[in-house]
Amino acid sequence: MKFKLLAAAVSSIALASPVFADLVLPWMSYRTGPYAVAGIPLADGYADYLTMLNERDGGIGGVPVRLLECETGYNTEKGVECYESTKAEGSLVYHPLSTGITYQLIPKVTADGIALHSMGYGRTSAANGKIFSNIFNYPANYWTAASAGVNYLLNENSGSLEGKHIALLYHNSAYGKEPIRTLEGLSEKHGFELTLIPVDHPGQEQKSQWLQIRRERPDYVIMWGFGVMNQVAIQEAANIRFPMENFIGNWWAGAEHDVIPAGDVANGYKSLVMNDTGSEFSIYDDIQKYVVASGKAAGAGDNLGTVMYNRSLYMAFLTHMAILKAQELAGTSDISQAEMIKGMEALEITDAMMAEYGLANIGPAFSVSCENHGGPGLGAVSQWDASAGKWNLVSDYLVADMDLINPLIQADSLAFAQENNITERCN
Amino acid sequence: MLYREAGDFKTTYREDNQTFPIKFDRYRYYVVLAVAFLLIPFLINDYWVNAIFLPFLIYSIAAIGLNILVGYCGQVSLGSGGFMAVGAYAVYKLMTAFPDVSIMIHVFLAGAITAGVGVLFGLPSLRIKGFYLAVATLAAQFFLVWIFNRVPWFYNYSASGQINAPEREFFGVAVTGANADSWATYVFCLIILTFCGIVARNLTRGAMGRKWMAIRDMDIAAEIIGVNPLNAKLSAFAISSFFIGISGALFFSVYLGAVEVGEAFGINKSFLILFMIIIGGLGSIFGSFAGAAFLVLLPVLLKNLFVAGLGWQPDLATHLEFMIVGGLIILFLVVEPHGIAQIWRLAKEKLRLWPFPH
Repeated sequence: MKFKLLAAAVSSIALASPVFADLVLPWMSYRTGPYAVAGIPLADGYADYLTMLNERDGGIGGVPVRLLECETGYNTEKGVECYESTKAEGSLVYHPLSTGITYQLIPKVTADGIALHSMGYGRTSAANGKIFSNIFNYPANYWTAASAGVNYLLNENSGSLEGKHIALLYHNSAYGKEPIRTLEGLSEKHGFELTLIPVDHPGQEQKSQWLQIRRERPDYVIMWGFGVMNQVAIQEAANIRFPMENFIGNWWAGAEHDVIPAGDVANGYKSLVMNDTGSEFSIYDDIQKYVVASGKAAGAGDNLGTVMYNRSLYMAFLTHMAILKAQELAGTSDISQAEMIKGMEALEITDAMMAEYGLANIGPAFSVSCENHGGPGLGAVSQWDASAGKWNLVSDYLVADMDLINPLIQADSLAFAQENNITERCN
Repeated sequence: MLYREAGDFKTTYREDNQTFPIKFDRYRYYVVLAVAFLLIPFLINDYWVNAIFLPFLIYSIAAIGLNILVGYCGQVSLGSGGFMAVGAYAVYKLMTAFPDVSIMIHVFLAGAITAGVGVLFGLPSLRIKGFYLAVATLAAQFFLVWIFNRVPWFYNYSASGQINAPEREFFGVAVTGANADSWATYVFCLIILTFCGIVARNLTRGAMGRKWMAIRDMDIAAEIIGVNPLNAKLSAFAISSFFIGISGALFFSVYLGAVEVGEAFGINKSFLILFMIIIGGLGSIFGSFAGAAFLVLLPVLLKNLFVAGLGWQPDLATHLEFMIVGGLIILFLVVEPHGIAQIWRLAKEKLRLWPFPH
């Protein structure tokens, strides 16, 4: 039986690896499981952007793009299988879309010399390019998000949070625990009281947590949630009549599917964003024309313009720009995995580029360097308007407190370097 | 024709009681070992090791462990995920505290630590039985996961609560960490699995195994004929947890490399291992292997068939995979409630008579 299995699997793998000149972009999707509600629009956005590139421009720099979608269900074991099955095909950059899988892939991609881009998730200290040579988390990460959120509250309270009480409601996993250190540092600096309230995976049961919030009456609740946890939290907040405008989610807790189930009571809920939302970008004309109209849209094609879809377009756009940069540096269109890393390291996003590719002002302009893989770390706050059914930006892009965050990044990345005998680069 | 006892004369008790009484089986066993040790390491690549062989080898160890407890001793346990977590965190603490000691020693020490924890949570088995015991072990599952999430000492105060396996060597060859060669991780796990398999097989057919089975079949009768239930039950918990701890240690250090306790060792893992031994066959070492192979290899095979072979959408393939695996589990339990091991046993009975069944 074993030999039959071996033979069957060998033949299926042999069938699956034709050799062409193309740019291979793997995508670890989760269209199944408890986080599928976010995973589906994310996967659709990336796929549609790449389809548009192939249909409109014939790929990037004349070389067609090939998307390798692999279903992980947000499960780390399947993540391993996906990584191993796609890496041999010349994958240029991985988007694991899960903090757990990112942690696991960090040493593997480094050993295999492949780039990994965890945009706004994953290991925050990977922003230190001196230690993490292949990992990128531009344009923003969890620690800058936490800081941007606190800065927003500082602005709201005319510069002082002295004596205020903030509760962090977090997914009890690596993802949810990421902002704790930053918030602890900020609480010391600004003199607010911080209460940590964990919610266990998948987060459907939060009665006791909200009872605690009702009892302790924090001034603000910051949420690090994902998937079904967000919908439940917003409903529970409404049930205890917690003022929605004092409830701020991070950028994985602020999409249409998080607020719509609660209906009108979700009105006023806020969420951090790293890129603008809405479907007014001119890129949507091209997506309609080249992808939707010809019936090539990924999935059910019903996610255009949603927050997660936009973020995924933004991810695809940044990947597109990095590939262009890499092609320019390498002098060839068919770039290798090592050249892709160089391209990402030299990436520079300007307002003109965003406008040229139909995504004017979707995010801040920034540049990446050998030392700084994390970008500027800007975050804005958006607010849900339930009657209009859309998110509106209610703040500018806020600069994070890098004086506080940089030493934390330094300390955490050095601990990783010591554990793994890595010497600093870029000197 | 080839597969029969006739003509194979046993002249000593030792020969009469060996694991494989039929000559053909004995040779087949050596051939399997030779292929596994001498041929496969030279043929495999990263994908084969990380997606197929490592999970199969590691889950086999866990299934052997749980089979000792559930299949041989009759103590239902839903705490395997928690015990795997103990193995994983024990090996992590040992690896980081004593970096110069060989990883092999750490893995076995992690097993020993898990055995201790297993005995502790096995104590209620002296008073409660059946479903009530299952619920008590369920408490172990939740408690252990909770404590590893809650106490920062276990994850060395890292920012996110993740544990990461640093590079460690066995006889100068790296077997953990990202730079480990795939053949090395495969051989390392294979050595441990072979050891566990031989130990488990010999334990279960010796005096200890007979005591376990006596307790399983009827504990009061066993007590009357002189089996001490305290010793029998606690030794089953200890040895079962020892194996499960080893598998947890390998699962974290060699296979995944980074682990988040709630996600990797949650209640789903306990059920998965329980399903493995139920499908493979309760009270059978071969069944542990067969069950692990069924639940590890089938999803990978289906995925490769649907996505790479037929070019279907990955989400459609995943949904179908759930249905097919679930349907097959039901089918198996209806057609052969004693698992794959029983099908194997029947096949062997038929083979002995073949080609003249009358």
